[in-house]
Amino acid sequence: MDLDKLTSRSGEWLRGAGPESDIVISSRIRLARNLADYPFISRATELDRAEIEKILWEALTATSEPGELFYFDVNKLGGLDRQLLVERQLISREHAESEGARGVAIDSGERTSLMINEEDHLRIQVMHSGLDLEKAWQRINDLDDRLESKVTYAFDTRLGYLTACPTNVGTGMRVSVMLHLPALVLTRQIEKVFRSLHKISLAVRGLYGEGSQAMGDFYQISNQITLGSTEEALIKQVADVVPELIKYERKARDFLMKEGHENLHDRVSRAYGILSTAQTISSEETMHLLSSVRMGVQLGLLTDVALPTVNELFICTQPAHLQKISGVELDTADRNKARATLLRRYLSRHDNETSAEHN
Amino acid sequence: MQCQECDKTATFHITELAGGKPQEVHLCEDHAREYLSHGQEEQPAAPTLAGVLAHQLAIGQTAEDLARLDKRTCPMCGISFYEFRDKGRFGCPHDYVCFADELEALLANIHGETKHVGKCPQHSATDSAKQTELIRLRREMKNAISAENYERASTLRDEIRQIEAEVGEKQKTDRAGEEGGE
Ligand SMILES: [Zn+2]
Ligand SMILES: [Zn+2]
Repeated sequence: MDLDKLTSRSGEWLRGAGPESDIVISSRIRLARNLADYPFISRATELDRAEIEKILWEALTATSEPGELFYFDVNKLGGLDRQLLVERQLISREHAESEGARGVAIDSGERTSLMINEEDHLRIQVMHSGLDLEKAWQRINDLDDRLESKVTYAFDTRLGYLTACPTNVGTGMRVSVMLHLPALVLTRQIEKVFRSLHKISLAVRGLYGEGSQAMGDFYQISNQITLGSTEEALIKQVADVVPELIKYERKARDFLMKEGHENLHDRVSRAYGILSTAQTISSEETMHLLSSVRMGVQLGLLTDVALPTVNELFICTQPAHLQKISGVELDTADRNKARATLLRRYLSRHDNETSAEHN
Repeated sequence: MQCQECDKTATFHITELAGGKPQEVHLCEDHAREYLSHGQEEQPAAPTLAGVLAHQLAIGQTAEDLARLDKRTCPMCGISFYEFRDKGRFGCPHDYVCFADELEALLANIHGETKHVGKCPQHSATDSAKQTELIRLRREMKNAISAENYERASTLRDEIRQIEAEVGEKQKTDRAGEEGGE
């Protein structure tokens, strides 16, 4: 797997396919696991870390098809490559920024990623486009079983899988669904939705950060507790609220179309106008405007650009992607210029293609 | 377009529905964040680990009790209770045993439950006591090397190898037995 070539694809999480993919971006499950005979990461020596990495990578190799997984030694990767993996949701920011022996194994479809020596010895993650927790669970459960036939996990019959942080103990499982909720943000109903989710102990996070204003109106809903429920029950808890959120978002979109059609049409058209003509533009503004454009395309208010192009732009305008595509490292000011150039090229390229087809 | 609250560029255009008729509000990123987050105060913040712990330890504990508890360490990895509560991360699987009493209330607070009911490994830990022992032995060997006590280090290394071999062998026969039985 060539990291430089990844930039030409959207990756699994922004592929824009799968059930309910107009609103549900991706479904993700991760399991936290540790080896029974090594200290957790905070007390592990460099030698321990190297041994853990070796044991887990050997177990992975032994239980997967040749060529199924690609291993990256994150400790040796350059900063830009690490950032690229973060932007593609394949490793966490913490994993990119920490130190010492650590790595990640990724499958060619970018659905599976296994981080070694993150907060726990092993973090298995499976991601599917759209709303598809069921398939994600089948896949991750199988991966976990296969690995467990080769290594001994730290497990206690009363407390379950033992993790570095007691907030993950038990199932070690985090189930999350990423949603695009621009209309709920626009109509200021998003905070109300969050409050009701907190009441049933679900966590809400924006994309790329912990703040309350999510970048590009992407929000991730996930379970907060990991102990005392079965995996299936935890999945159901998240899966049950998603249709409700989809319904709210659709209702808000309907409302905007009926009651504020002119405003909405103006907003998405302006967003498109800025994106297709700007000479310099920040990542935040790009995400924000792309969010409007994405909704505009889905509501039929914008026909100049196709949805896959919009999805692709969300990812390839990120800082590391932009620098990989440019082939040089760029400072913020140059990135803003390169981003505007890329946006103009993508958005006008599409226009040309469409008109060429009509001729 | 300029932010309504300052002279930065407005990048957030929010439609306000509260008045019945949609109304547009134009704000910069900072002001939009402030605007969207007001009314958020009622939202109970998700309990943080440190917060829960601090609250829990404050109940029925004297300062001396706390100081004594903070000094307690895990015999396997050497982490002190203070380090755990300071960083919110355990040092090894044995900490769940050695700080079990303090943990019980903490887990109930975080998860509302204290017992695992989910998936279990198909191959149960062959000999968890021995595996935990490896964590201690490896740490002692490292300390012996730093202290240039090579004789002790070499004894420890032999002990580690022996346990590793035993555990590995037992694991192999256990799993071979299971597979053969299928
Ligand atoms: Zn402002
Ligand atoms: Zn310990």
